[in-house]
Amino acid sequence: MKKAVSRVYMTLVFVFLYAPILLLIVFSFNDSDTKSRTVWSGFSTRWYEQLFQDRMLLDALRNTLIIAVVAAVASTVLGTLAAISIDSMKKWKRKLVMNITNLPMLNPEIVTGVSLMLLMVFAARFLGVDLGMGSIILAHITFCLPYVILSVLPKLGQMDPHLYEAAQDLGCTPVRAFFKVVLPEIMPGVVTGMVMAFTLSIDDFIISYFCSGTTQTLPVFIYSMTRKRVSPEINALSTLLFAVVLLLLLVINIRQGKVGKKREVEA
Amino acid sequence: MKSKAVFAPYLVWMVIFILVPMLLVVYFAFTDKSGAFTLENIMKVGQYSNVFVRSIWLGALATAICLLTGYPVAYIIAHSSVRRQSVLIMLLMLPMWMNFLLRTYAWMTLLEDSGLINNLLAALGLPRVHMINTQGAVVLGMVYNYIPYMILPLYSVMSKIDVSVIEAAQDLGADGRKVFWKVTLPMSMPGVISGITMVFVPAVSTFIISKMLGGGGNLLIGDLIDMQFLGSSYNPNLGSAISLVLMVLILICMGIMNEFDDGETEKGGMMP
Repeated sequence: MKKAVSRVYMTLVFVFLYAPILLLIVFSFNDSDTKSRTVWSGFSTRWYEQLFQDRMLLDALRNTLIIAVVAAVASTVLGTLAAISIDSMKKWKRKLVMNITNLPMLNPEIVTGVSLMLLMVFAARFLGVDLGMGSIILAHITFCLPYVILSVLPKLGQMDPHLYEAAQDLGCTPVRAFFKVVLPEIMPGVVTGMVMAFTLSIDDFIISYFCSGTTQTLPVFIYSMTRKRVSPEINALSTLLFAVVLLLLLVINIRQGKVGKKREVEA
Repeated sequence: MKSKAVFAPYLVWMVIFILVPMLLVVYFAFTDKSGAFTLENIMKVGQYSNVFVRSIWLGALATAICLLTGYPVAYIIAHSSVRRQSVLIMLLMLPMWMNFLLRTYAWMTLLEDSGLINNLLAALGLPRVHMINTQGAVVLGMVYNYIPYMILPLYSVMSKIDVSVIEAAQDLGADGRKVFWKVTLPMSMPGVISGITMVFVPAVSTFIISKMLGGGGNLLIGDLIDMQFLGSSYNPNLGSAISLVLMVLILICMGIMNEFDDGETEKGGMMP
C-alpha cells in the first residue's frame, strides 16, 4: 500500500516535470502554419529545416559556444590559481576573500547582472567601444569563478601539503612541482569546475541579457523569439538541445558505469 | 607556495569585477542624473512597496510548495535502491539542463486560453479556465523551474543519514511517525535550509517567469529593475536603488536562515 502510494506520487511528479518538455518535442514535428501552436496537423520536419537556415540563430549558437569555451578555460585557470592561494591563507584573510568570492553566487542573479552592466557600460564608454562578446566573456568569467574555486578548494584541503615540499626537496622547481604533484592531485576538482563553468555559461540568460549590447547568445536569442515572433522553430530548437543533453548524460553515465565496474574488478 | 604572486591576478579580478560593480550600484543609488548626492531614489523605492510585497509573497508561496511537494520526493529517492537512486536523480536533473526560457515557454502553450489544457477541458465538456497571466501561473512557473533546487539538497542530506540511527530509534520503541518527527526531520534540517534559500532567492528576483506567465499585471521586483535598465522607463539610478534594497533584503533573509542552520546542527549534534 505504502509502496503504491509512493509510486503514484513519483509518477505524478515526473509527469509534471516532463509534460511540458514532451509537448515541445511533439509539436516540433507539427506541420501547421505559425498561427496555432496547439493544434496537431500532421507530421513534418519543416521547422528543423527552417532552423538551419536561420542565420541569426546560427550566429547566436556560434557566439554561445565561443563564449562558453573561453569563459570556461579562463575561469578554470584563474580560479585554480585563486584556490591555491586561498588555501594557503590564514584565518581572517581567507574568510574575507571567500566572502567576496561568494558574493556573485549569493546575490540575486539580476543584481549581479545589473552591477556588471554598470561597470561594462562605464568601461565601454571610457574605451569608446560597444558592449558585445568582450563584455559577455568578462561577465561570464566573473560568475563562473566562485564555482571553480569552490570545487577546487576541497581537493586542495584533502591533499598532503608535504608532497609539494617533498617534490621541491627532491629538486623540482616550484612550477614543475605544481604541474607534477599538485595539479594531478586536484585534477578531479579542476575538471568538475571547468564542466560546471561551461554549462553555466551556455545556459546563462540573465547576466548575458544585461551585458550583451546587441550581440546575441542563444538564450538571449530564445528570449527575443518568445517576445516577438512565436514560431515552432523554437520547439525544434528545444528538441535538438534536449537530445544533445540527453546523449551527453547517457555517454557520461555509461562511461562512469564502465569505470565503476572496472574499479570493482580491480578491487 | 609563493601565494602572493599567484594571488595577484585574482585579487585584481575580484576588485574590478566584484567590488567595483557593487560600489557602482551603491553610487548610482545615491546620486541623481547629474551625479549629485541624493536620497530621492531610495525614497522612491517606497512607492513600489506593493511590488516588493507581491514578489516576496509569491516567492514564499512557491518556496513552500516546493518544500511540501519536494520533501516526499527526496525521501522516496533516498529510500530506494542505490541503482534506482542514481536513475531518479538523473531524471530529476535532466529538465534542468534544458534552458529555463524554453521550459517556461512550454508552460505558456499549456496554460493559454486556447492552450492544450483548455482544449482538453473543452473536449471533455468542461468549462475553460483562465490560467495564463494570473498569479497562480507565475507561482506554477517558479515551482516548475526551481523544484529541483529544493529536492537535490534535501536528497543529499537524507541519503547520508545513518540507517543505524533510525534503527536505534525503532529499537527504543519509536513508531514510524515518531521516527520521522524525532529523527529524520531534525536530521534533514540542513537540507531544508539550503533548499529554501536555493529556491527563494531566484524566485523572489525572477523577471522572466512573471513576464511570460504573469502578463503585464503581475510585475515583480525583477521586472521593475529590468524596466529601469533595459526597458521603457530608463532610469539606472532608480534601478540601482531597487537592486540595492533587494540585495539587502536577500542578505538579511539569508543571515536569518544561517542562524537557524547553526542552531539546528548544534542542537542535533548527532552528525560529526
